[in-house]
Amino acid sequence: MHPAFSMIIFTTLSGLGYGLAVILGLGFLDPALISTKFAYLASLALIGTGLIASLFHLGNPQRAWRALSQWRSSWLSREGVMAIATFIPLMLSAGLAIFTSKHDVILGLISAFGSLLTVYCTSMIYGSLKTIDAWYTWLTPVCFLLLSLTGGLVLASVFSGKLVLQLLAVAFLLSGLVTKMMWRNRMLTQAPRSTPESATGLGFIGKVRLFERPHSLGNYLTREMGFRIARKHAAKLWMITLLSGIVLPIVALLGAMALGSGLAAQIVSLIALAGYALGVFVERWLFFAEAKHAVMNYY
Amino acid sequence: MTSLPQTRSSKKLGLVIDLDVCVGCHACVISCKEWNTGGYGNALSDQHAYGEDVSGTFLNRIHSFEVTPEGGQIIGQAGDARVVHFPKSCLHCEDAPCVTVCPTGASYKRSEDGIVLVDEDKCIGCGLCAWSCAYGAREMDLAAGVMKKCTLCVDRIYNETLKQEDRVPSCVRTCPVNARHFGDLGNPNSDVSIMVAERGGFDLMPEQDTRPTNKYLPPRPRSSLSDVAPIVPLAENTEGARGFFAWLDKTLDRI
Repeated sequence: MHPAFSMIIFTTLSGLGYGLAVILGLGFLDPALISTKFAYLASLALIGTGLIASLFHLGNPQRAWRALSQWRSSWLSREGVMAIATFIPLMLSAGLAIFTSKHDVILGLISAFGSLLTVYCTSMIYGSLKTIDAWYTWLTPVCFLLLSLTGGLVLASVFSGKLVLQLLAVAFLLSGLVTKMMWRNRMLTQAPRSTPESATGLGFIGKVRLFERPHSLGNYLTREMGFRIARKHAAKLWMITLLSGIVLPIVALLGAMALGSGLAAQIVSLIALAGYALGVFVERWLFFAEAKHAVMNYY
Repeated sequence: MTSLPQTRSSKKLGLVIDLDVCVGCHACVISCKEWNTGGYGNALSDQHAYGEDVSGTFLNRIHSFEVTPEGGQIIGQAGDARVVHFPKSCLHCEDAPCVTVCPTGASYKRSEDGIVLVDEDKCIGCGLCAWSCAYGAREMDLAAGVMKKCTLCVDRIYNETLKQEDRVPSCVRTCPVNARHFGDLGNPNSDVSIMVAERGGFDLMPEQDTRPTNKYLPPRPRSSLSDVAPIVPLAENTEGARGFFAWLDKTLDRI
């Protein structure tokens, strides 16, 4: 699949933002602190930037409001509805914390639940596509949710430096690593659902191989579904994901714990965040670039 | 409404494509583009039509496949390797995933005849329907930013201003070898249904659970060359000669 830049930015940033919103909603951070107020703003900014980036993916973004109508059948529509519905408690929670230094438990829980549901809807856009073997598994939403929550915990550690957040962040980094490895291992070892033989129905004669394309150059389908560039470097990119997104943040967070509080600890936490963000960005790139679409059985 | 229709008529309009007959001439590709670029909605645009990197939107494309039986690389050893020309357009699936994934309601399946269409005024060009289609039946028009697909020439088949023989999809009308047939696959007594039953018509990628309406007819088994060739060369066969020619044949044999 073609890794559209807007989709990678969208899922990476909004994933981080929603993850942070969950941690804030659960009341881990003291709303009286100035850093917590910035955390609320950061969460809204990440979510907002991500959602705006997603609009750049559309051929006719001026009609995007129509996407709110088909929530009965479409995960993309459900995501749009949930993103907007969740924005209301998120804004209210942020306002409450920033202007009155308070955290409302009910409002916080609604924000956290809405955030998780939105991330789940995003992941199911991909997870529900039977045409893409790599994505069509329950592990896809689990990976999205865990990576979002992990990002939220790493971000929260930057804003607060609480030991419990740092420990949770390390634990979630490890769980994210395990599920993502399961996801990738499944993708690399599974037999494809469809083959050139089933796609043409000519398997009863023998092995099917493309003799002549329908057109001499590319078309929308080969550009959108037939992306191959990153596959060449997939193994290296996967190592970058692991080192930058998992190993570096764990080491940095352990360092921050050892340093306790203070500027040095905060800088080390920032390094953890930067590494994690880069790791997830590369992970998302691979998520698209490595996924093979059934239509390529015709090409 | 992008949910699939709850109540449906038994009518299922679609195509039957005969892989035994198609010669891969691409006439249907051209006639499809010509008809559908002008009638309704946005045109089927081309990008860099006269440049180096030519591409464009088509609703129907012809692939050609080489099929080789196991051990069949040598002629006559294990069946014949063959080239099969393979026309591909929207299959108007009964469980069309492209309809249910659409967030805006632009993509829909008609309850009266099962045709899958796109309301271009509602399409936001997100491309998710093309992702959900295993057959590559949908192509985003890059100039208009909306999804284009085969309409089964819905503006021809019900068009009473056209002559009866023209009220079929453009690809069917134009095919010089009658490899494409149009009809009601929901009616077991229709010509197309009988053809599918007699020739063993099949679905493409049944494992995708889309239940396509369009059916493909398999290539017929090849008769081998040695079976077709007469044992006595045709020029030397005098069987059935009568009168003067029979006498001449016998006399000359005796000499």
